[in-house]
Amino acid sequence: MASAKRRAKAVEPTKAQFIKWYRDMLLIRRFEEKAGQLYGMGLIGGFCHLYIGQEAVVVGMMAAAEPADSVVTSYRDHGQMLACGMDPKGVMAELTGRAGGYSKGKGGSMHMFSREKKFYGGHGIVGAQVPIGTGLGFAHRYSEDGGVCHTYLGDGAVNQGQVYESFNMAALWKLPVVYVIENNKYAMGTSIERASAGTELAKRGAAYGIPGEAVDGMSVSAVFEAASRALAHARSGEGPYILEMKTYRYRGHSMSDPAKYRTKEEVTRMREQHDPIDTLKAVLLEQGHIDEAGLKEIDREVKQIVGEAADFAQASPEPAPSELWTDVLIEA
Amino acid sequence: MPIEVLMPALSPTMTEGKLARWLKSEGDAVKSGDVIAEIETDKATMEFEAVEEGRIGKILVEGGTEGVAVNTPIAILLEEGEDSADLGKVAERPVASTAPVAAEPPASTSMPPAPKPPQASFGGEEKQYDKFVRMTVREALRDAMAEEMRRDEAVFLMGEEVGQYQGAYKVSQGLLDEFGPKRVIDTPITEMGFAGLGVGAAFAGLKPIVEFMTMNFSMQAIDHVINSAAKTLYMSGGQQPCPIVFRGPNGAASRVAAQHSQDFSAWYAHCPGLKVVAPYSAADAKGLLKAAIRDPNPVVVLENEIMYGQSFDVPDDPDFIIPIGKAKIEREGGHVTIISYARSVHIALQAAEMLAGEGIEAEVINLRTIRPLDVETIVRSIQKTNRVVTVHEDWPFASVSSEIAAVIMENAFDWLDAPLVRVCGADVPMPYAANLEKLYLPQPEQVVEAARRVCYKK
Repeated sequence: MASAKRRAKAVEPTKAQFIKWYRDMLLIRRFEEKAGQLYGMGLIGGFCHLYIGQEAVVVGMMAAAEPADSVVTSYRDHGQMLACGMDPKGVMAELTGRAGGYSKGKGGSMHMFSREKKFYGGHGIVGAQVPIGTGLGFAHRYSEDGGVCHTYLGDGAVNQGQVYESFNMAALWKLPVVYVIENNKYAMGTSIERASAGTELAKRGAAYGIPGEAVDGMSVSAVFEAASRALAHARSGEGPYILEMKTYRYRGHSMSDPAKYRTKEEVTRMREQHDPIDTLKAVLLEQGHIDEAGLKEIDREVKQIVGEAADFAQASPEPAPSELWTDVLIEA
Repeated sequence: MPIEVLMPALSPTMTEGKLARWLKSEGDAVKSGDVIAEIETDKATMEFEAVEEGRIGKILVEGGTEGVAVNTPIAILLEEGEDSADLGKVAERPVASTAPVAAEPPASTSMPPAPKPPQASFGGEEKQYDKFVRMTVREALRDAMAEEMRRDEAVFLMGEEVGQYQGAYKVSQGLLDEFGPKRVIDTPITEMGFAGLGVGAAFAGLKPIVEFMTMNFSMQAIDHVINSAAKTLYMSGGQQPCPIVFRGPNGAASRVAAQHSQDFSAWYAHCPGLKVVAPYSAADAKGLLKAAIRDPNPVVVLENEIMYGQSFDVPDDPDFIIPIGKAKIEREGGHVTIISYARSVHIALQAAEMLAGEGIEAEVINLRTIRPLDVETIVRSIQKTNRVVTVHEDWPFASVSSEIAAVIMENAFDWLDAPLVRVCGADVPMPYAANLEKLYLPQPEQVVEAARRVCYKK
């Protein structure tokens, strides 16, 4: 069963898959740009961590996912939600704190959930999602549903103790978890070199016997290939796997971060030479998978989805005052 | 249609800022993502990126302008095929004004009244039983878990030494043999890790019982109890429940000093989204733990090591359960109400016995549940006795007795004939020396003295 799945995943991506990846990445990019704009208009408040630049990671991971798989991540979570198939309207309306949001406006940017899409948050405490994801993996094994939990963490979270408590238990009990370390080089304003003794994050599970590999997280194809391998490993009962995604966020840590801790040249170089969307676009054109008119059509469709999400997020009412008191406990 | 580019808010607190400089000029083409200007916020200088594509048609606010209010139009962007002749036809765009509020009579921005806290919550109304068996608190807890694990495949137990060792305090004796290692899981010493793992499993629909060898070690994991377990239902707008039990011995043990002797009832009861129970007897232990396991919410069960070996009568009924949120009147009396929970109920009962010898009839309330607090039972008793004493091992500051005092002020002030008196643990870390440890803990004599005081008797 597991090996059959592995074989099925090993095949070359089809033209349709390539185009879907392009569209999915573009949707995240445009959605996040719009979120940034709405933040600028004062429609979104508090913390707002954008995924711009990192799109290939989650799109490549989800391309290799099975329907039984679950996903959990930190607070830079809009990309994961869209890639899991959550409705952009519900996500954007949560950002604006409206009744039509996934959490009825009570969670905000960092706290959204969809049990239907097996997306388990959206967690605001750095590193806390890692034992939670390990528990989701535990539940996959307990219920024998064949799923793997995709547990995302950043290069900042890798220095939290609970990450290693999780690695230990996951390896000890061979839990189906793939730890996806999104290494965007900066834990808020602190570069990985200034925060981590040992910057090869793929090796962070070595003491527990967890295989790990570093992946070009700016290439959706490379992510897909590594994700297929890692997920097959975890699904087959061989235990957890670590993927260190070398990625980059173009924007600051959150909306109010001017990102003065890195050079303009560095950002420009990443945007101009390694952009995951532009790179894939060039491949699509070069291989004749799509023409300029086809790309324009995708642009138009994505723009419309994002526009509708933004409209919905502004038209949806604020939660009713009585909502202050609901959802604290489930009443029996 | 041409698009107005607005002065953005680039931090949660920004209301105006300086448009430091333009990086694009009139006539320049822009793509989404291009940095078009630099803006000084109240915190820093930020790059401002274009969202829409087009050509800068007109700059409305020059570079270097200070005090530009958020949402002021600063430029006009022309879309493909438009020219300066179109500048006047700026698109109407929604501006951050007040958002619509969901219709609800009466629509107001003031805080709506809190709903009444649930009285009898999960477990239903309390039944009366007539057949009893004698068992220890330890056996009662084990039986509660075994019965619920037989009843529901999703229930499992995890913690340090719960399996092969049969429990550090032998509470889980026999469970590994009956349920096997899939459902009785020995963990490494890794409280934060396994508490978080339990939360993840509960999110997925399992019903974990997470045992802390003692609640003292739960401090390593309190982030998951509070931030991950208690708040998620609310943060998800009611979508994501977390049916989990955190349990273990709490309060003073014997001669183990400050780090291993502490009552965490006030810590956990402080947080909305959690239920907190603190059994005294074996019947409490069994009935409350069963209710906790069945409850769809996260529940903290505060046990007591010293009580594990004590024997009590427990209803001999397969359906025995104690509803969470219901206090128990352990002893009826008309002169003074003594409110307590957990092992201190024993101190309260001893004091009541001594008081009876002096002609003072004390009513002893065993809270059983700390949150939601059974305010009704407390108030009804005070309406009868008009006097109240509280007893617990915990420190006095911001404690369960502080909350009881506040609740009585709010609900039964006019019924009091004397100010409430608290008998608490001493407001110091628990000492090791035998004599000092005894001085720290509430003693029956102190409770008797407090009862005399509120009854104005010497």
